[in-house]
Amino acid sequence: MVSTRSTTSDPGSGPTSASTGIFDYAPAPESRSVLNLRSSYGLFIDGEFVDPVAGGSFKSISPASEEVLAEIAEGDAADVDLAVQAARRAYTRTWSRLSGRERGKYLFRIARILQERSRELAVLESLDNGKPIRESRDVDIPQVAANFFYYAGWADKLDYAFPGKAPRPLGVAGQVIPWNFPLLMLSWKIAPALACGNTVVLKPAETTPLTALLFAEICQQADLPPGVVNIVTGAGETGRALVAHPDIDKVAFTGSTDVGRQIAKTVAGTRKKVTLELGGKAANIVFDDAPIDQAVEGIVDGIFFNQGHVCCAGSRLLVQESIAEDVLARLKRRMTTLRVGDPLDKNTDVGAINSAEQLAKIRELSDVGEQEGAGRWSPPCDLPSNGFWFPPTIFTGVTQAHRIAREEIFGPVLSVLTFRTPAEAVEKANNTPFGLSAGVWTDKGSRSLWMADKLRAGVVWANTFNKFDPASPFGGYKESGYGREGGRHGLEGYLRWDAS
Amino acid sequence: MGRIMSRLDVRKTYKLAIGGAFPRSESGRTYVVEDAQGRFLANAASATRKDARDAVVAARKAFGGWSSRTAYNRGQILYRAAEVLEGRRAQFVEEVQGSEGLSRKNAEATVDAATDRLVWYAGWADKLAQVVGGTNPVSAPYFDFSIPEPTGIVGVLAPQESSLLGLVSVVAPVIVTGNTVVVAASTARPLPSITFAEVLATSDLPGGVVNVLTGPQADTAPTLASHMDVNAIDLTGTLGNDDVGKELEIAAADNLKRVRRAQDEDWNADPALDRMTWVLETKTVWHPIGI
Repeated sequence: MVSTRSTTSDPGSGPTSASTGIFDYAPAPESRSVLNLRSSYGLFIDGEFVDPVAGGSFKSISPASEEVLAEIAEGDAADVDLAVQAARRAYTRTWSRLSGRERGKYLFRIARILQERSRELAVLESLDNGKPIRESRDVDIPQVAANFFYYAGWADKLDYAFPGKAPRPLGVAGQVIPWNFPLLMLSWKIAPALACGNTVVLKPAETTPLTALLFAEICQQADLPPGVVNIVTGAGETGRALVAHPDIDKVAFTGSTDVGRQIAKTVAGTRKKVTLELGGKAANIVFDDAPIDQAVEGIVDGIFFNQGHVCCAGSRLLVQESIAEDVLARLKRRMTTLRVGDPLDKNTDVGAINSAEQLAKIRELSDVGEQEGAGRWSPPCDLPSNGFWFPPTIFTGVTQAHRIAREEIFGPVLSVLTFRTPAEAVEKANNTPFGLSAGVWTDKGSRSLWMADKLRAGVVWANTFNKFDPASPFGGYKESGYGREGGRHGLEGYLRWDAS
Repeated sequence: MGRIMSRLDVRKTYKLAIGGAFPRSESGRTYVVEDAQGRFLANAASATRKDARDAVVAARKAFGGWSSRTAYNRGQILYRAAEVLEGRRAQFVEEVQGSEGLSRKNAEATVDAATDRLVWYAGWADKLAQVVGGTNPVSAPYFDFSIPEPTGIVGVLAPQESSLLGLVSVVAPVIVTGNTVVVAASTARPLPSITFAEVLATSDLPGGVVNVLTGPQADTAPTLASHMDVNAIDLTGTLGNDDVGKELEIAAADNLKRVRRAQDEDWNADPALDRMTWVLETKTVWHPIGI
């Protein structure tokens, strides 16, 4: 068991920021005493934690300190097979025979336990992922519980969601989720799947498996029938084995567009239904009549929320030329007040980059941005010496040809472009193979709606950004993937209608 | 008084339909189309990869205008197409009879079903958004709504057997929702598809919304499946050729096209919504509520 450390041993404890001297905050770390982590975790198959067949393991570390949090079992194809078998058995013998009402009650029960254990989950999420406790506590975990609560209510109402179609479950769902919102993405996947009567095998991301394993314990506490939820930890190879398994009926994936393409090829010619929620390069468009201070907050939320590890992040700022100077000055001023540091500190705005690998990618693309001639700026900012850190950064003078305007950086890096007319804003915003999200800032309602109509993106935020809700469908156009998660639409990926 | 010679009929040249025009294949190639008994019916244009690419360009060019028409207007145009189809009933009965070897009565029923199908889909134009969209009760002060929007350019491999009813059943749902289409007609039974393109061309449908390629589907399908400016592909025409369908689905993954796999469909059955919804994107818009 990992002992609870005193927070003073935290490398880089306490947020740091350039504002030292203006606002000096005392460290306000959230206590880790609520956590009861085991030193090692097996795979969660058929209701039990079991050792992997081949016995491999890897370590999950805190990206803010590089401290080892726990030893995690590495599942391979044999383990995936056992998990799929367990899920199939549970589907045939138990879950598909339960009434929707009873399925729903299990989900309500899970939602309640998630709420009861929310502080523990928030601390663990921030520890394993590196995101500020303010976000895991106020955004991630409340939304996780809300997702289960929302889909619990659908379980016995599916006939009303698709009148006249007599919807039925698919069977076993294979689900692969990313590291940016570990438990939230788990809830986006598992809640609708179970509500619709499917059983699941879920693979959490390699760098953030811990809250999924805690969720497995919650399934046990809820007395969820064994095999309905199976969690197989591992890296890319484990995910590939799951997606390729012949006895799954559904693949749900959130992650990069490149992996999404591989998955689409793997499932070609099979019966498997697929939903893919992939990358983005969202435009956040600010018109000259926008409420500038609110827009600046929206820009900051858009790109620095969750360290920019957000597929729908507003990573391209399109600002109308006439106000560009003013917006940039205010944005820079606001950025100097961002507090980067210990994710568990309640005053932290920007936490740690999730992994060394991701940090290297952010550095590489940022260097390319400079080489291609864009102007780079970050507020002065002392970063902790251990762990993975990148300061909030903006690039000005970016053109559409620059790689930092085209490729997903997935970090706290904003590319700033300008436009003159609404038509030019639309053209630049849509000039990307992605189409996940977009933002529009203007005081004119008709212009908001005109822009919303023209933007080829699955979510458009008008005078707001990065808002999510269990009732609100989310998903992309074009190479940002297909299918929707959330709302009534989110049920569709887990049901079939044929009379067979 | 001399005897009146029986009049020599004027035969029709079947060409492609691309961008509102009826060009020959750029290759100049044609192929022989036979009736169900193996007798010569006509020479049809044999479309190439280049023709397929030209058709995609035409479809892209038409997309902006067509998708921003009002739903009411799209419905009217589809209904107009049903009117024109009905007016050409005799011609279609003859072509369907020739292509599919049906009895006259069956051919008539098939053409009537195709007309009725167009009418059915025409009526959906301004209703679907209310059925599949709506407002979302989010737990924060935002007005949040979801609406369906067309996916873009859709490549359609039309069914091989049902030359008119099948064709109408796969094309109408794609365009009524605001998409534009490049359809590869049935390889062996292409003639009604070109006549149908003439119906569309005289129904105020803008050029390029429906582009029809005749010729072996195998010649154009790989181009449509791999084309980076095609957003979705319907593999219906590959039914019974699973390996071909799989290859095309793999090619389609390069730009993450929406894929509709081939499945056995009864074209005489009442359709569901799925042939419209698979080429729709859901767009969700958030706006704060406040004073």
